[in-house]
Amino acid sequence: MATEVRVPTILREFTGGEKAVTAEGPTLQAIIANLDANYPGIGGRLLDSSGLRRFVNVYLNDEDVRFLDGLDTAVTERDAITILPAVAGG
Amino acid sequence: MRLWAKLEDRNPTGSVKDRAALAMIRQAEAEGRIKPGMTLLEPTSGNTGISLAMVAKQHGYKLICVMPENTSIERTQLLTMWGAEIITSPAAGGSNEAVRVAKGLAAQNPDWVMLYQYGNEANAQAHFDTTGPELLDDLPTITHFVAGLGTTGTLMGVGRFFREKKPDVQIIAAEPRYGELVYGLRNLEEGFIPELYDASVLTSRFSVGPMDALRRTRELLEVEGIFAGISTGAILHAALGVAAKVEQAGQVADIAFIVCDGGWKYLSTGAYEGTLDEAEAAIEGQLWA
Repeated sequence: MATEVRVPTILREFTGGEKAVTAEGPTLQAIIANLDANYPGIGGRLLDSSGLRRFVNVYLNDEDVRFLDGLDTAVTERDAITILPAVAGG
Repeated sequence: MRLWAKLEDRNPTGSVKDRAALAMIRQAEAEGRIKPGMTLLEPTSGNTGISLAMVAKQHGYKLICVMPENTSIERTQLLTMWGAEIITSPAAGGSNEAVRVAKGLAAQNPDWVMLYQYGNEANAQAHFDTTGPELLDDLPTITHFVAGLGTTGTLMGVGRFFREKKPDVQIIAAEPRYGELVYGLRNLEEGFIPELYDASVLTSRFSVGPMDALRRTRELLEVEGIFAGISTGAILHAALGVAAKVEQAGQVADIAFIVCDGGWKYLSTGAYEGTLDEAEAAIEGQLWA
């Protein structure tokens, strides 16, 4: 079971320039662990000891996972995950 | 299932930001921080600057706006019309760069006053005092409120109002997902979260890409005759997503969403011409919300 993960420009140094990669796992936590196994170092840019880093936003099918179940959010292969840095609007 | 559009494009300068601009200037005047003749400085992607420029002109202030260079020409024209001076910030990095440049200018020019929409409580308070009560008066059966997440002022103010007056109303944020250029940070630590933002006020938050935003903007035009800006399409997309979920659950809802501004300022972007693919290509790299 593989889920598509869209990677922002700033993290593509880890994915060999790929905009989208796939990762496996039943939860976001497992997906990130799998990503880090395949693209070493990327996990540390997404997570710190308290969970998702402050300026990292992760969306499951466009919905911010912080308003779902955070790292415990269930993921299937039909879902798409998008990672984006937090930027200003207004 | 009913969707209700709150037409904030009918404000004097044509956007929801008139509320925040007037409130921030009035608050600063009441605190004695500003008096006529002084210079105001503000980072803006456009609408807040245009609103501030109108109020500044009426109250006798000079306004300098720091605006990313990848915004529509109409925004520059309107700012100029209202007498504001514009300093452009680099396209890469979007509004983050405008904030950074403005903070630098404020440090170099201590006699300029930056009202700073991202951290000014009067921005959210304006919506607590006006937008929220208007919604509840006009739509006592409201179940959901959907708005754009820029400075977060609208969502924080209206959200807190409903937390007090009708706590079961769901507060839903729609944030624009721009092209890659806008996320061109050098590192993640350069990310930006408005000081006003309090996640606990929100029920959920959606990121809406340009294609969905454009499609809904055009649907709003074709089905309802509402000529709105592109960010309103993003908000409508989130509102319709919520509506679909509610309907699936067999429930009824009165969902109110914000029409932030009219489409006039975005005509030059190509958003309203040709196929959706052409329009998407046309707005790539632009700050369309």
